[in-house]
Amino acid sequence: MMTDLTNLGVAAIRDGVAGGEFSAVEVAEAFNANVAAAAALNAFIVTTPELALEAAKATDAKRAAGQPLGKMGGVPIGMKDLFATKGVQTTAASHILEGFVPQYESTVSAKLWEAGAGMLGKLNLDQFAMGSSNETSYFGNVISPWRRSDGGNAAMAPGGSSGGSSTAVAARLAPAATGTDTGGSIRQPAAFTGISGIKPTYGRCSRWGIVAFASSLDQAGPMARDVRDCAIMLEAMAGFDPKDATSLDLAVPNWEAGLNSDLKGKKVGIPREYRMDGMDADVADSWDRGIEWLRDAGAEIVEISLPHTKYALPAYYIIAPAEASSNLARYDGVRFGLRDLPDGAGLQDMYAATRAAGFGAEVKRRILIGTYVLSAGFYDAYYTQAQKVRTLISHDFKNAFTQCDVILAPTAPTAAFGLGEKSDDPLAMYLNDVFAVPASLAGLPAMSVPAGLNREGLPLGLQIIGREFDEQGVLNAGLAIEARAQFSAKPDKWW
Amino acid sequence: MSVDTATVAKIAALARIKVSEAELAAMVPELNGILAWVEQLGEVDVAGIEPMTAVIANKTRLREDVIGADPLTGGGVRDAVLANAPAAEHGFFGVPKVIE
Repeated sequence: MMTDLTNLGVAAIRDGVAGGEFSAVEVAEAFNANVAAAAALNAFIVTTPELALEAAKATDAKRAAGQPLGKMGGVPIGMKDLFATKGVQTTAASHILEGFVPQYESTVSAKLWEAGAGMLGKLNLDQFAMGSSNETSYFGNVISPWRRSDGGNAAMAPGGSSGGSSTAVAARLAPAATGTDTGGSIRQPAAFTGISGIKPTYGRCSRWGIVAFASSLDQAGPMARDVRDCAIMLEAMAGFDPKDATSLDLAVPNWEAGLNSDLKGKKVGIPREYRMDGMDADVADSWDRGIEWLRDAGAEIVEISLPHTKYALPAYYIIAPAEASSNLARYDGVRFGLRDLPDGAGLQDMYAATRAAGFGAEVKRRILIGTYVLSAGFYDAYYTQAQKVRTLISHDFKNAFTQCDVILAPTAPTAAFGLGEKSDDPLAMYLNDVFAVPASLAGLPAMSVPAGLNREGLPLGLQIIGREFDEQGVLNAGLAIEARAQFSAKPDKWW
Repeated sequence: MSVDTATVAKIAALARIKVSEAELAAMVPELNGILAWVEQLGEVDVAGIEPMTAVIANKTRLREDVIGADPLTGGGVRDAVLANAPAAEHGFFGVPKVIE
């Protein structure tokens, strides 16, 4: 009997299809079936089994004709519903974009299709990528496939904002998925669900065609089962794009071929400010194990200081809402999406009614914060001050990287929490990203890899932060952890 | 600094989001909680520090000064631009009456 194809990752599928062990169509059918049977997880807003099959048929035809299959040849993936996909509804999990059908394809998704990938569907997320638990989607919560080992069956948060992506990969609905990370939205959900995910250096992946949240922070990246799969998919996603003014005009390295878990001669920095008072004991233990693993891989461990760490989160919660309030001004009921036109309303009333009906509570909260901090009289006290603090945070990392090659830290302060446990308190929710946000503010590549389970049987992630452009160093340290963590736990199928 | 109901109502008007009295009442303490928390940035010494403008050093590029330099964004795609408009009429976006 053939192995269950949905247990395979990107590299295994790519190689198996290329080697003729199975066809791309068989792979697509297997994942389409898992997607269809997982409605209870609510990971997808739209499923597109026909597109996954169409791409698979094209791959099989290429193979029959002896043509190259591409870096992602025969691999079906999930696409976060923040990427514009031509002819397929793209909502950012909002009501205001419900029914929006892009007339063009985002650069990143176009590159993935060109590399031979196919689309299983559009993945649920926090509305406009604003959230850390996937509880702000207009299309309902995503449920993590993981449950606590206490037998209580409480529905757990898959992390956010890329919660549909993390759930789809962890539940074997897709071998990999796209994510976007503005302040941890790839790394924190990856950590919560026992998968890997990397946010590359700001500018590696084009933002063209990605629904904008905070443009100076938004960056796309892959989420997959392991480090190699992330390297393969990131190669397919990255690259210069003249349509994005902040796209990096750099060649895409061959990250997969460069993978090497031998860290001899490398220095790993441990930031003392990340070891916070009252830190979760299981998280602290997993961090200590990570340090030993990297030492075992040949690295020298050095203590470093990132003195402005505690100011990263408040700076982020000025900068990101400020940019969001500007970016989301485009939703006006005129050009696309929802229009709410009360009887007899004028243009201004229509704007206000449309935006009231179309945005969820967290999105409104951030637009209002952003509008306030940018308003006359408050701009310097809030926004300029936050951007100065951002400069200091970036300096902290530059100084640290004179003493080390990569930084090791926890990805999130705790394992996954239950849905509803934090949704009443915006500040408690924001604190989830305390370890993820600093690297975002500095534009640095950062990755989460699974490190083990906590005492409740829930996954924990370890984060590696690298120098700008050094995704290879990040991936290699991730590989060294992966080889020693031997993380093989899977959620029991209950859906 | 903290905000009161009148200030939040003004911000909401600036942001073009209609809010009910009940929503306003709920938002005031929420926004004040967040603003009180971000106040801690005020204690950071930023003397001589420039505000961040580009997180990764990059050159600002100019596209070629020709019509349709990039066919995807160069224009001539009226129907595609209007395809998702809630009200498109005669090749234009339709809006409610602006001039009384």
